[in-house]
Amino acid sequence: MTKENAPAPPDAGRREGKAPQEGLRREKTDPSSVRLFASRFFSDYGMLAVLLLLIVFFSLVTIEKRRPVGAEAAESVAGRIARGFGQGVRVLIVGRASAQDMAFATQLEDLLKAKGIEVVGRVVGEPRDIRLAFERQAQAGAPVTVIATTERNAWMVNNIKSRIGALAQTSVVIPESYRWPVFLRSDNLINVANQIVVIAIIAIGMTMVIITGGIDLSVGSLIALSAVITGTLIARMGGTEASTLAMLAAALAAILICGVVGLFSGAMVAGFRMPPFIATLGMMLVASGVAYLISGGESIYQIPEGFVWLGRGTAFLSIPNAVVLMILLYTIAHVLMSRMKLGRYIYAVGGNVEAARLSGVNVVAILLFVFGISGMMAGLGGVVLASQLKSGAPTYGLLYELYAIAAAVLGGTSLSGGQGKVIGTLIGALIIGVIQNGMNLTGVQSYTQKVVLGLVILGAVLLDMLRRKE
Amino acid sequence: MALIFEQAAPVAVMEGIEKTFPGVRALKGARLSLYPGEVHALMGENGAGKSTLIKTLAGAITPDAGIIRLEGREVTIESPKEAQQLGIAVIYQEFNLVPYLTARENIFLGQERTKLGFLSRQKERREARALFERLGVPLDPETQCRNLTIAGQQTVEIAKALSTGARILVMDEPTASLSAQEVEKLFDVIADLKAHGISMVYVSHRMEEIFRIADRITVMRDGETVGTRPASEFTRESLIEMMVGRKLENEFPKERAEIGEKRLEVIRLRRGDQIKDVSMFVRRGEILGLTGLVGSGRTELARLIFGADAREAGEIRIEGKPVSIRSPRDAIRKGICLLSEDRKAEGLVLGLSARENFGLPNLDRFSEFGLVRQKTESSAFARYIKELSIKLAGPEQRARTLSGGNQQKVVLAKWLEANSDVIIFDEPTRGIDVGAKYEIYLLMNRLVAQRKAIIMISSELPEVLGMSDRIVVMHEGRISGEITDAANATQKQIMALAVGVKSVPAAHG
Repeated sequence: MTKENAPAPPDAGRREGKAPQEGLRREKTDPSSVRLFASRFFSDYGMLAVLLLLIVFFSLVTIEKRRPVGAEAAESVAGRIARGFGQGVRVLIVGRASAQDMAFATQLEDLLKAKGIEVVGRVVGEPRDIRLAFERQAQAGAPVTVIATTERNAWMVNNIKSRIGALAQTSVVIPESYRWPVFLRSDNLINVANQIVVIAIIAIGMTMVIITGGIDLSVGSLIALSAVITGTLIARMGGTEASTLAMLAAALAAILICGVVGLFSGAMVAGFRMPPFIATLGMMLVASGVAYLISGGESIYQIPEGFVWLGRGTAFLSIPNAVVLMILLYTIAHVLMSRMKLGRYIYAVGGNVEAARLSGVNVVAILLFVFGISGMMAGLGGVVLASQLKSGAPTYGLLYELYAIAAAVLGGTSLSGGQGKVIGTLIGALIIGVIQNGMNLTGVQSYTQKVVLGLVILGAVLLDMLRRKE
Repeated sequence: MALIFEQAAPVAVMEGIEKTFPGVRALKGARLSLYPGEVHALMGENGAGKSTLIKTLAGAITPDAGIIRLEGREVTIESPKEAQQLGIAVIYQEFNLVPYLTARENIFLGQERTKLGFLSRQKERREARALFERLGVPLDPETQCRNLTIAGQQTVEIAKALSTGARILVMDEPTASLSAQEVEKLFDVIADLKAHGISMVYVSHRMEEIFRIADRITVMRDGETVGTRPASEFTRESLIEMMVGRKLENEFPKERAEIGEKRLEVIRLRRGDQIKDVSMFVRRGEILGLTGLVGSGRTELARLIFGADAREAGEIRIEGKPVSIRSPRDAIRKGICLLSEDRKAEGLVLGLSARENFGLPNLDRFSEFGLVRQKTESSAFARYIKELSIKLAGPEQRARTLSGGNQQKVVLAKWLEANSDVIIFDEPTRGIDVGAKYEIYLLMNRLVAQRKAIIMISSELPEVLGMSDRIVVMHEGRISGEITDAANATQKQIMALAVGVKSVPAAHG
């Protein structure tokens, strides 16, 4: 046998870079690889269709007539006056004594002036003030031609105007009402995100654990433990007067403690081959009990106003900071799972633990890592929840572990391990959030909501399994 | 013998069987006829359509076209249940037994014997005893199946088939995990079943077995039946040629490389009952054949060397220097690799792609700051696809869907990339078809030509004799002998050592 026939020494090609046949091979497999990519995408993220369907459904059933107020109403009225009346128009702006009407009046005045339309006055006050203003206008030489107000005041304005003969020719202009789904209003969408953010964060760790073939039942209790630790530490370090640094330290301590609890579960699983279900079931009870012990079963409220920055504050495009954090975490987790060594090892351990070990993967380290991350994510979830509610209580996070599992499974993660996508889990969490929010909007009773949510989860996963079978 | 069969009416006839799976035409008009009391070997390379044809008969797959006649009557077999009712039983390579149920409970699973509506253990026990007696195997019907040996479990499967009144018994690689004595036992059982007029379809890659027990042989290739002839009309060579469809010059293309100094040596290795004081070595450029009966400790020895199991005592030396190997990671770093016998359970992560499996032990070199550079990985893999002529739809094909030979090549590629130069093959050609086997042998030649050292664990004596430079035989956890001149060794010599007869000076001590 001559040396030419032998496989090249392992590092020869690496130095040369791409072998010449590389281009050829590429060209040949390209069309099929596009198809492969498309089919992979739909099998990985098929639940996206379910999410979109739910969004369309709840949008359709929550469409309602919308009566603009405040600045939005001002825009509409300004447009109507500019379009419907000539240049010589004289406008009186009327509103009741409220912040919304005040915003409407000032905004409208600015808009009209910018369009070169004369504003003769602006009345924001009680009906008596408005009647007086109308009378004053009636006595003036050139009475107003248009009274601008919002729809809510229209009846009252017309009523007063009808009693003053000189204003008979004056028209009342109100903003145009239109139809728009309540579900799709930006404040509602932010609501959905806020409701789901804690579950979505803990579901990141849960997905990783499930992909290794495990499960983590302790995360719900860890949320409570984390919230109680954070609250207690803040209360000790100044209570409502606590400094930002103290709050940060408290939150960090809580997250780290939860991480250690996760590592402990991981050690039970990796070191003693304890089934993850049992190891984390035990830790679930321990963590919950400790949370009650620390707090004495009470809620902790001695927390400064500034602590809600994470849960309720907005720093970027009026998206809540917690939601920004969630998006950031999902981005990191996605890169970790799809592009990094660690991610490959996690899939390998879940797919075939023996093959992974025999390939030199440090299985113990991988298991410790995923359980540690799951604990830390639960700790972070607890901090976010405490921040949203501005308090810490041992009752937090009840059943959250099950919602996190549901999110992962809805997102296509297989409970037998080795398969799943983090982004799928985000989609799963959103599905849960959209269903809950949609039912709130349509006035479904909360007991009924549970029944429906359970059935939707079953239905969605069944649908997915049938689709995969094809 | 052939004449007798042709005079009798066939018990089963399959004709023009067609089956297309998405993207693959698995069967193109395959046929098979079976006479009463005949052992009918079904041969062919992997992917030739043997298992699809068997599954059609078993009702696990419904054919797209074709006729199945049982005792002259045309039938359709829509489910395994229907096949059972028609007297067809299949014993798959992976047994369908519930490990925590007893042998008796497994035999009567789904056809429980009852008395007044209640389960009757007595009836079942009596019947189970009768079945085991008939098979000549003294099994306790009350043993849990997980405590039975592979051979014991197989006996339970056969008993189960007989209890349903099967007239046709299909056996898929029944000897794959049996020891030599167990194989003999099985052949006795087969002879007995034959005498009772039961027809058997026998699938195996082991030539010696086929020629010992088969009455007729049907060869399949590419989904078609190439031909059926009495076994006596075949020779080993003509059978292989019919299977691969071309002439093979030499089944074992052994080429000797220059043998260098000791690459790896183990001294007085010990682990419980499995490995008792084993010393041996392998040199650069050498293929060391390691053989012995199943359970003699060959695989266990390989796992100790590779760090997959912990050793209780002993030393491992590389190039004469003692090294510490406590885990597969350590062994990989020292340039040792193991291609395990069970590729699906130990060699590959089936849910990952071929490329991802290839990268698994090599990610340290393919990544920067923990981030995998997929281009580097892909281009490295592309080289091995070409070098080892791995046949796949693309590097992203799931390992699960690769054929046995290509799975073996992906595992080999992964280890070559990891710079391994002590390569332990555990049953490298098990479950691999003839053509792919030949390629694996050529690869071994190339590897030793590159000064690598190979330990080849194998039960196939022709393979051991045909490919090794030196042969070490194990018996009950010890090395029972060494044959330094493999070229002139005989199967008899090896078998004597394997069963513990010391006719050749032992290597250890």
